[in-house]
Amino acid sequence: MAVVGVLALQGSYNEHMAALRRIGVRGVEVRKPEQLLGVDSLIIPGGESTTMAKLANYHNLFPALREFVGGGKPVWGTCAGLIFLANKAVGQKTGGQELVGGLDCTVHRNFFGSQLQSFETELSVPKLSEKEGGNNTCRGVFIRAPAILEVGPDVEILADCPVPADRPSITISFGEGTEEEVYSKDRVIVAVRQGNILATAFHPELTSDSRWHRFFLDMDKESQAKAFSALSISSSSRDTENLPKNKPLDLPIFE
Amino acid sequence: MASDGSGVVTVYGNNGAALLEPSKQPKSATFSVKVGLAQMLRGGVIMDVVTPEQARIAEEAGACAVMALERVPADIRSQGGVARMSDPGLIRDIKRAVTIPVMAKARIGHFVEAQILEAVGVDYVDESEVLTPADDAHHINKHNFRVPFVCGCRDLGEALRRVREGAAMIRTKGEAGTGNIVEAVRHVRSVMGDVRALRNMDDDEVFAYAKRIAAPYDLVMQTKQLGRLPVVQFAAGGVATPADAALMMQLGCDGVFVGSGIFKSGDPARRARAIVQAVTHYSDPTILADVSAGLGEAMVGINLNDPKVERYAARSE
Repeated sequence: MAVVGVLALQGSYNEHMAALRRIGVRGVEVRKPEQLLGVDSLIIPGGESTTMAKLANYHNLFPALREFVGGGKPVWGTCAGLIFLANKAVGQKTGGQELVGGLDCTVHRNFFGSQLQSFETELSVPKLSEKEGGNNTCRGVFIRAPAILEVGPDVEILADCPVPADRPSITISFGEGTEEEVYSKDRVIVAVRQGNILATAFHPELTSDSRWHRFFLDMDKESQAKAFSALSISSSSRDTENLPKNKPLDLPIFE
Repeated sequence: MASDGSGVVTVYGNNGAALLEPSKQPKSATFSVKVGLAQMLRGGVIMDVVTPEQARIAEEAGACAVMALERVPADIRSQGGVARMSDPGLIRDIKRAVTIPVMAKARIGHFVEAQILEAVGVDYVDESEVLTPADDAHHINKHNFRVPFVCGCRDLGEALRRVREGAAMIRTKGEAGTGNIVEAVRHVRSVMGDVRALRNMDDDEVFAYAKRIAAPYDLVMQTKQLGRLPVVQFAAGGVATPADAALMMQLGCDGVFVGSGIFKSGDPARRARAIVQAVTHYSDPTILADVSAGLGEAMVGINLNDPKVERYAARSE
């Protein structure tokens, strides 16, 4: 059975682990480069992307992450994870931050503004419901969320959402003050797929809807079927991290 | 202020009709959105800063949020006097300097300070016993706000009273500005021990238990079922070293607030980075040993056996 890694540097990795448990899948926490060898797919959770980038840097995770993504193994980024996977991010802290890249798109780090502009809404997701059943909307929880401004030709758009009216207008400066433009479209992309890379600006791990997690696992199965003849499934060198005895349990899901 | 246009205060875990009829209208400031940000902060370190420069240092070190203050708790202790909300101008400057969430403190019960902080656009308000309380009987009714709140606690009853008042995140109080972890350990152990005892309690005994700890029955029962507080729980008050931070994590906290411990030490940037790494790798003593090495002078601690030391934690119940 496929082992799903969850990058556990900071953020909502506990929530992703809980969501995987709910659908009977084994998740392992990944904090070091060598732990990536034991997993078949990887979830990069929500959190503070600058914090996660700093921590990834301290332990030299970026080369291993790039190799993982480049090797075609399934990767899913939520919120901060989306920023990690994007080839280009705007609206970052002074000095920028390191990205993993691989997803051909431009992301605005804090498109929807600060916590007071955080919101939840019903998103229309026909492609998700076609594949995983259920109704054709899903609950999208956006927390200081990023959004996808532009995508490349190979990127499939899975969901978009209206730009909230009270959002402060955002000027996007591309590169070194070359051109600036105001985001003027009335909808913005919030979920995409490019091959084995899935990215969402919102947090399915904070809801009881496990279709996004199943959708991601199905991507894994598709790619495994292809690779099956070539590779015997590695019986993995994952370390069975013994959990601290007072490990906090799952938080409730707030409806 | 009061939010969803229905004229009804949003009550914890009950967003009314919205559940029955899913609307396509985006909803902001729901409890899930308020707790959501706290969930994104899990496994992170929130650092007290008093200038935009310190905020940049904290961000560069990997802090998941900063607390914008005029004085760190250690200075509040040594200088005395009434400690109040920070200058909104300072908070704005700090907000401009960083992209990570910015929190700020309001005095206990001072709902106008909280209104001002909401208007400034902070990401979280800390209703904090470190500032001089404005109301010695009542806390802020946090349901009335769109901005989420974090509150301090010393035991399970206090934590659940704050959650009932609308707090979307809890931190154990510890003893701020002392550099002494003993009170933080006491409070974390108290909450965790209470939860463990509660888990093993007969359902029939929970009514009397809720009364004894003066907490709402439904939240006590929810805590029993979950086996943990129903919101994110950070540790605070006395964390000065990476080992202190990892201790809080191993005791079961979701993350750590560090106040005076960083910018009252010899090498703030380095210590901040070490504490951030210690919180991520809290159960790996090899990494903890690496990051704890060569950090220079830690902040000077205060011995809490001295009866002259004022106990901030006892300022509210």
